Amino acid sequence: MPILQLAYKSLLNRRLTAVLTLISIALSVTLLLGVEKLRNESRSSFANTISATDLIVGARSGSTQLLLYSVFRIGSATNNISWQSYEELSQHPKVKWSIPISLGDSHRGFRVMGTTTDYFQHYRYSRNKGLGFASGLAFNTLYEAVLGADVAQELGYVSGQQIVIAHGAGDISLVSHDDKPFRVVGILNKTGTPVDRTIHVSLQAIEAIHVDWQGGAKLPGFQINAEQAERMALQPKSITAFMLGLKSRLATFRVLREINEYKQEPLLAIMPGVALQELWDMMGVAEKALLAISAFVVVVGLTGMVTVILTSLNERRREMAILRSVGAKPMHIFGLILGEAITLTLLGSALGLLLLYGLLVFAQPIIESQFGLFIAISWPSTYEWKLLLAVIGSGIVISILPAYRAYRYSLADGMSIRI
Amino acid sequence: MQDRQNVIDIGRLQYRWREGLPLVLDIDELGIQRGERVFIKGASGSGKSTLLSLMAGVLSPEQGQLNILGQELTHMKGAQRDAFRADHIGFVFQMFNLLPYLSVIDNVTLPLHFSARKKSKVAQPEQEAERLLAHLDLSGSGILSRPVSELSVGQQQRVAAARALIGSPEILIADEPTSALDTDRREAFIKLLLSECDASDTTLVFVSHDDSLRSYFDRSIALGDINLASSQGE
Ligand SMILES: Nc1ncnc2c1ncn2[C@@H]1O[C@H](COP(=O)(O)OP(=O)(O)OP(=O)(O)O)[C@@H](O)[C@H]1O
Ligand SMILES: [Mg+2]
Repeated sequence: MPILQLAYKSLLNRRLTAVLTLISIALSVTLLLGVEKLRNESRSSFANTISATDLIVGARSGSTQLLLYSVFRIGSATNNISWQSYEELSQHPKVKWSIPISLGDSHRGFRVMGTTTDYFQHYRYSRNKGLGFASGLAFNTLYEAVLGADVAQELGYVSGQQIVIAHGAGDISLVSHDDKPFRVVGILNKTGTPVDRTIHVSLQAIEAIHVDWQGGAKLPGFQINAEQAERMALQPKSITAFMLGLKSRLATFRVLREINEYKQEPLLAIMPGVALQELWDMMGVAEKALLAISAFVVVVGLTGMVTVILTSLNERRREMAILRSVGAKPMHIFGLILGEAITLTLLGSALGLLLLYGLLVFAQPIIESQFGLFIAISWPSTYEWKLLLAVIGSGIVISILPAYRAYRYSLADGMSIRI
Repeated sequence: MQDRQNVIDIGRLQYRWREGLPLVLDIDELGIQRGERVFIKGASGSGKSTLLSLMAGVLSPEQGQLNILGQELTHMKGAQRDAFRADHIGFVFQMFNLLPYLSVIDNVTLPLHFSARKKSKVAQPEQEAERLLAHLDLSGSGILSRPVSELSVGQQQRVAAARALIGSPEILIADEPTSALDTDRREAFIKLLLSECDASDTTLVFVSHDDSLRSYFDRSIALGDINLASSQGE
């Protein structure tokens, strides 16, 4: 096809603008697909913040509030629940495992969570991944703490570090449990979930640091030191919430109803998957805005291409007239311009895709270690192919404009060269 | 009137660019014979280029007969006229004849890509292009390998003439091909063009507003005399 060869040589002759156009299309395609990938991955990673847990139970309040403080360590519980209720419900015949948690203290801005070693065994995130230890192991004796990955990294702590827990959740706390310091015994692997920002101690430890406290303040003139506390019976009287794993998922709704109708105490049970979805939907606006912005960038890229082609048309009228004089049909001219646009869009999209994967290969480990977001480098999904097709399709459609204009020129100019 | 010897036969031809615009051309009768070398002169804006566009089948008349090589262009569709032009006509513009992104040889052989008929007459395109260029006093690899944008205007016009002549079209139409050349170059160019047309028995229609060139041609026609719509020429 000599007309293709002509188109190619003509484009080569204008390679600077062609390359710039290619780059702008490629970048916009990279941005669009990149944002889309990030959006999907963060959605699924958000949904994977906690998995395998069938129910989360706390004092009766809002389900979002319960999810926020129990999973995301945001905000705090209005009420605690009694140890008795926990004992009873964790013995429920349908329950396979349970993890009690107790919140309320912090260390330099990171929440401290009292729990049992079951937590390290049963807690799951991201499609059944368990918590692993980057170093050390779980707490064993009373004043031992296990750090989330971010805590250790941001504060520069290693095993053996002594830490003092502050009362309350604030960054700067006036009162601290400095009489009962903890020793770091383990550091967890990075999970990309709020676990990374949590300091884990035993429930008994939470009891111990509060034995000489009452109602959020230290009892005056009454002090029990660390060793004395260790020898006391440190059975917790209340906890903040607990997580349940059931023997069968099918029982979830039944157990949920039973807990919500629990007579001894007003309780609230939520299914974390559902609550996470609700929470994500609430934040969905920002996510959609991001996608809209990247779609606009694509529009800008394609409009840029059409603008470049349109402005080049005037100087190319001579080319058109010469081709017409040797026998080219107006349809040839139309095809020449459209073919050029299609070539640019296709090449630009391919380049964009290439760039995206190049960037992914490069950025994947960084994103994973910095944000705990694992972006799988996989063949584009059907949805991504559709997006790409939409880009190419709109590129072709809007290129009909300059092509048609060139077609009109070549009809209207007759056999004369206009400049 | 319908002399079969005529390669171009025009009768009662009227043309206007768009509805509402005045007639640009209104020609009662114009016949050009095979092998004839015709000089058409006329003031700027008098419709010379328009007439050539009609002859080449790029434009289509509003009314009248336009018979080229025995075929009635007014009965043809646009695409047929394009194919007809590709097969039977060579065209030279006033200037800017060449595609800057093609080599000299590729510029000359360009028409062969659009006409199977011309292509069939040329066994070896490159040699034929070189032969024509040599006849037009353009030879030596020095010139042939240069980008066309580096050629002088006179050289460019000769390359354009070679392109119009390749594949031996029956009619060569030239729209003021010498107006960008100085007097010496102009004469040399016309002489070369004429001798090439002679050699291949090509009918030449040459348009210019420069009256001094008429002596080279068999016949000279003043467009103003045959065009009844000649009021707007300046
Ligand atoms: N594409 C066009 N659309 C509308 N009017 C046109 C077009 N081309 C030419 N005309 C008009 O047609 C008339 C004849 O133009 P044409 O180009 O044929 O003149 P010309 O004799 O070739 O002039 P010149 O010697 O300057 O080349 C002019 O009045 C011009 O304004
Ligand atoms: Mg003209």
